[in-house]
Amino acid sequence: MSALPAARAADTAAPAVRCRELTKSFTGAGATVHALRGIDLDVPRGGMTMLVGPSGCGKTTLISVIAGILTPDGGECLVLGTELSTLHGQRLLDFRGRSIGFIFQQFHLVPTLTVIENVTIPLIINGTPTPHARAAAAEIIAEVGLGDRGRELPGVLSGGEQQRVAIARALVHSPALVVCDEPTSALDHESGQMIMALLRRFVSLRQATIIIVTHDDRILPFADRIARMDDGRIVGIDTEATAGGQR
Amino acid sequence: MLNPDGIIVNLIALKMLFGDRGKFVGMVLGLTFAALVMTQQPSIFIGLMTRTYAAIGDVPIADVWVMDPGVQYVEENKPLRDTDLARVRGVAGVAWAVPLYKGIINAKLPDGQTKSIILTGLDDATLIGGPPALIEGRLADLRRADAIIIDREAAENRLRYVGPEGEERSLAIGDEIEINDNRATVVGIGVSTRDFILVPKAFTTYSRAIDFAPPQRRQLTYVLAKGRDGEHPGALARRIEAQTGLKALTSAEFEQLTLDYWMTNTGIPINFGVSVLLGFLVGAAVAGQSFFNFVRENLVHYAVLKAMGLRGGVLVRMVLLQALIVGGIGYGIGVGLTALFGTFMRDTVLAFRMPPALLAFAGVGVLVIVLLSALLAIRAVLRMDPAVVFRG
Repeated sequence: MSALPAARAADTAAPAVRCRELTKSFTGAGATVHALRGIDLDVPRGGMTMLVGPSGCGKTTLISVIAGILTPDGGECLVLGTELSTLHGQRLLDFRGRSIGFIFQQFHLVPTLTVIENVTIPLIINGTPTPHARAAAAEIIAEVGLGDRGRELPGVLSGGEQQRVAIARALVHSPALVVCDEPTSALDHESGQMIMALLRRFVSLRQATIIIVTHDDRILPFADRIARMDDGRIVGIDTEATAGGQR
Repeated sequence: MLNPDGIIVNLIALKMLFGDRGKFVGMVLGLTFAALVMTQQPSIFIGLMTRTYAAIGDVPIADVWVMDPGVQYVEENKPLRDTDLARVRGVAGVAWAVPLYKGIINAKLPDGQTKSIILTGLDDATLIGGPPALIEGRLADLRRADAIIIDREAAENRLRYVGPEGEERSLAIGDEIEINDNRATVVGIGVSTRDFILVPKAFTTYSRAIDFAPPQRRQLTYVLAKGRDGEHPGALARRIEAQTGLKALTSAEFEQLTLDYWMTNTGIPINFGVSVLLGFLVGAAVAGQSFFNFVRENLVHYAVLKAMGLRGGVLVRMVLLQALIVGGIGYGIGVGLTALFGTFMRDTVLAFRMPPALLAFAGVGVLVIVLLSALLAIRAVLRMDPAVVFRG
């Protein structure tokens, strides 16, 4: 068994994400759910890491913590060299806005904004002047193969096309880390494969680190690393090429 | 440089608002209804209440109205002694004072119908107290034998009669009617402000009105007084009261007295108040609920924006902007519809008056609705679980 080249290269550098003894629990309806029970995880810089595991094992909670959306109860979470627990309020928002891109299962494009307006949002939030933001958005929309659809509303696009817009939105401000939640589960097989190929291409081109939560076994061959979770814990890391030809 | 505080984020908020047309129209309709009810019903109410003292406003030349101390409203007839006219004329500062008769008397139309009319008797010499305008005849024609002037609205509607050929006719110059068994000849058609009690109005000289009226010891209803140059009407009224023991009110005070009487002694304010309150509540419920639902259904988008780094304060401003825009449009359409209603109802039996203060009242009402619903929506936005972005 040999590790993938990208993963090997990344392993030599400081990790993009470093979690130690990370815990998170939720209390509701008289019961406490321990979603994370002491996560230890290193995600190397660059490359694509997938989090897999059964429903309710804590995958989504873990990427929410890594993305700075949820605050852990305990442990450490170093993201891109910054301990998230030291960031609060505006600094945390600024960090998220600059450094992290998001891709969601349901795309979450604003339906009343055009494709290009949706893609400009991260740049606008980061204070990029509108003309520059629109130019950058147009460029990346063309890169994802939707150059002629910029003025259309998301509602007229297919699921695969909407996810490509979401990818453009996640990457337009060149974040160092992109978190994806089930990016292919709302898509058919062909669209899913196309989206994954696109993501892989951007990983290579932009040197971004991508963490993907997925149930979709068909996309596992695209991964550089696979972190297997169960019951709030990392139970295994695969760094072997399970389908290296896909990359 | 544009930033999240700038126009682009506002445009995003507006696009979110206008893009969901069904909800947008629902919200605007709710607020339009609220603004409409908050202006249309009070406009009718104010119009009605204004009519209660229309007879006072139709005699702008008089500074002071002198009357029996028991009078509560302008149509109430509690006669004074004839000598009271001279007593008022004797008060220092009075430039002139003239008698005015007002009474409800039966009149028999040419076809034999009997109607009640309000007969106003004007000072024989000056004819002060007549209708503000005449569309036929002259005020001086009242000096002709048996002469009366009929209000246009009465002549054309409530005093219509059936002519010799069986045709319906308006009362016109030359027609003869009987007032309390006395012959009266129409010599003019006047235009006076519509009043509240809608009894047909007729005008004649004071002395002829006394002849027409049923005999009674006292006949003088009001004394109209004018102050000398520089005389303050209020001060003059107080002086007349002090010297004569009668009630003397400026025109404004008499209007207020009459208004207070109708406000206090009728259920009109309560009825209109209830309908305005209900309209406000229904409008608030419809618009508030619609807006809250709109924001709630967009929560995930706000959550996405927040996840991407947009500040909570900017999200709050986006929601407030959306609320104010919806409120402004709803208010504008509602007030516009009310104004349109008032335009169509002009010169009809329906009373309507929309003063600027009412526009401000409705504006505040709509603002309260949108701010309350915005506050609920903002609370939802600020309290939303940001992890909602990762839920399928």
